[in-house]
Amino acid sequence: MTGVPLSWYLILSAVLFTLGIAGFLQRRNIITVFMSIELMLNAVNLTFITFSYQLKQVNGQIFSFFVMVVAAAEAAVGLAIILTVFKNRQTLNIDEVSSMKD
Amino acid sequence: MNFFLLSLIKAVVVAFVLLTTLAYLQWVERKVIAHIQVRPGPYRVGPHGLLQPLADVIKLITKEDLIPPYTSKFLYLLAPFIAVTMALISISVIPFGGPIRIFGDNTWMQLTDLNIGVLFVLAISSVGVYGIALAGWASNNKYSLLGGLRSSAQMISYELPLSLAVAAPLLLLNTLSLRTIVERQSGYYLGFIPHWSIFQMPMPQIFSFVIFLIAAFAETNRIPFDLPEAENELVAGYHTEYSSMKFAAFFMAEYSNMVTVCAMTTTLFLGGWLPLWPAAAGSEFLPTLIFLFAGAIALYHGLNPVRRRDAYTFPAVAVVFFVLALIFLVPMLRGALLPLFWFAAKTGGLLFVFIWIRGTLPRFRYDQLMAFAWKFMFPVAVVNLLVTALLVALFS
Amino acid sequence: MNVILFLIFAAIAVVCGVNVVVQTHPISSAISLIGVMGSLAVLFLLLGAEFLAAVQVIVYAGAVMVLFVFVIMLLNAGVEIRQGRALLAQVLGIPLLFAFLGLMAYFTRSMFPSGRDVRFGEFHYGSAADIGRALFTQYLLPFEVISVLILIAILGAVVLAQKELD
Repeated sequence: MTGVPLSWYLILSAVLFTLGIAGFLQRRNIITVFMSIELMLNAVNLTFITFSYQLKQVNGQIFSFFVMVVAAAEAAVGLAIILTVFKNRQTLNIDEVSSMKD
Repeated sequence: MNFFLLSLIKAVVVAFVLLTTLAYLQWVERKVIAHIQVRPGPYRVGPHGLLQPLADVIKLITKEDLIPPYTSKFLYLLAPFIAVTMALISISVIPFGGPIRIFGDNTWMQLTDLNIGVLFVLAISSVGVYGIALAGWASNNKYSLLGGLRSSAQMISYELPLSLAVAAPLLLLNTLSLRTIVERQSGYYLGFIPHWSIFQMPMPQIFSFVIFLIAAFAETNRIPFDLPEAENELVAGYHTEYSSMKFAAFFMAEYSNMVTVCAMTTTLFLGGWLPLWPAAAGSEFLPTLIFLFAGAIALYHGLNPVRRRDAYTFPAVAVVFFVLALIFLVPMLRGALLPLFWFAAKTGGLLFVFIWIRGTLPRFRYDQLMAFAWKFMFPVAVVNLLVTALLVALFS
Repeated sequence: MNVILFLIFAAIAVVCGVNVVVQTHPISSAISLIGVMGSLAVLFLLLGAEFLAAVQVIVYAGAVMVLFVFVIMLLNAGVEIRQGRALLAQVLGIPLLFAFLGLMAYFTRSMFPSGRDVRFGEFHYGSAADIGRALFTQYLLPFEVISVLILIAILGAVVLAQKELD
């Protein structure tokens, strides 16, 4: 059976990471920005597991496991912060939460 | 035979049996609850209401299928699809029986055995939460939204004690594959106590069994945890705006989840398809005896009929039971049918407990329900896991 | 078979990823992100990481994204209104993106010549037992630290989201 070249997985991971960055820089809704960050973290997970396959070790998967746990903790706290921002500013547009600017 | 063809045959058989079981599980539920409430239940549509599920299916199919305005159509149609797909997929790793030989191929009575079977079932039930959350959101109705949010919050809160209660017998059994879990529960202590998880030393998993069962009630939104879909509380909760086949999809998803959760309990705690006492002591004749007994009772009621129609229906039922008893005596079919009988008996017993509790207990208020999950079930599950781990580490 | 599965799920992942960035309503972005996570779980399975695929679905797609969906439903913010962007960004953005990705793809392929292809079933160290062994022997300190991190996150979320006690 033919296999899939390893570089294809890395290219897919790069594509997803780039999409995450594009969303992070471009979108104005704070929740969508947060979701782009999660997309970036998923792309990095794919890279870790691909290299774990190449080096025939389990360490890459352990790193990926830790990334998932940290992402879950970050999502919990980040969403709580978003709720607080919404309660105080009544907006989810990050352009309007700019009272400390200038 | 070709692997794909064999898998296809197994999938078709399992799907057919599952869908028929779901339809008749509803009949059983209505009859049992009716008898708990001292009334006859469905009686008119076919003998003893046996065609009632067919009538319900026809009604649901021919109802007007409307989509309310101002809803997000894609999410509105996606939600029952997710709910029913996830509910039906999770049955695919449950072992129904032991190894058999079909058409010259040695195979197992299980659709597929994954190395991570237990995690697969947990994962599918985690994704099934989306069906309910999206249904509540997409209906553009405040009762649906509240019911959907409450129901999803309840389901994810009770996933924690569920997973911890699953982890405790896994410490004893040392594997995640469901086929191996059942195999490691074979054998007998002292010749007659089976090696099931709830009896295994160093720590009989009685507490895990009870925690798993209570969390399973909450996961499947059954009484006493069914506030989010109670008719007299929230109109009908998250499936208020759904009619005809989409409502049938949610219904099927709930019953299918119930069957899956009972099957998981049987596999993890009650030894799956293994018999209660060894075959050497005669457990192979138990199904025959049970069916003969049931046939005798049906025949007695047929010969002393209470209602006029009983003089015809009960003897027919008795004949069916006697035929089943004879089938279990055929030695060639016995190897395949006995494990199926034990699995069906245990799962059916648990389903009866589900239905029995539905007819007996009142329901929790929502804050009581969530407090119960986080302040009682979760610490108890953690302590149970710690004690199991301690005993396994000391005595193995 | 490996190639077909990879192409299908990579295509689903990329399409859902583009959807996350492009959709106006946050809930559609959330559903697309769940699609990305699901297809990544299948790709993890192809790479032999069976335990991690299950954890990805249970934790990421089944709990973290449910949290996102809850917050979106609670806040009910509605669609996002597109504001004006610079003409340069609009015209050059997508072609530059493709050029960048093409460059990345070329360099990646030249650094990893296809000597080691990914086949399903070739990686034997991804089972739950192996990960458990590594977590509790070699990576014990990070494991304990991360449990403290989760505890801090729980405390932080509870404190931030509780009602004001007036």
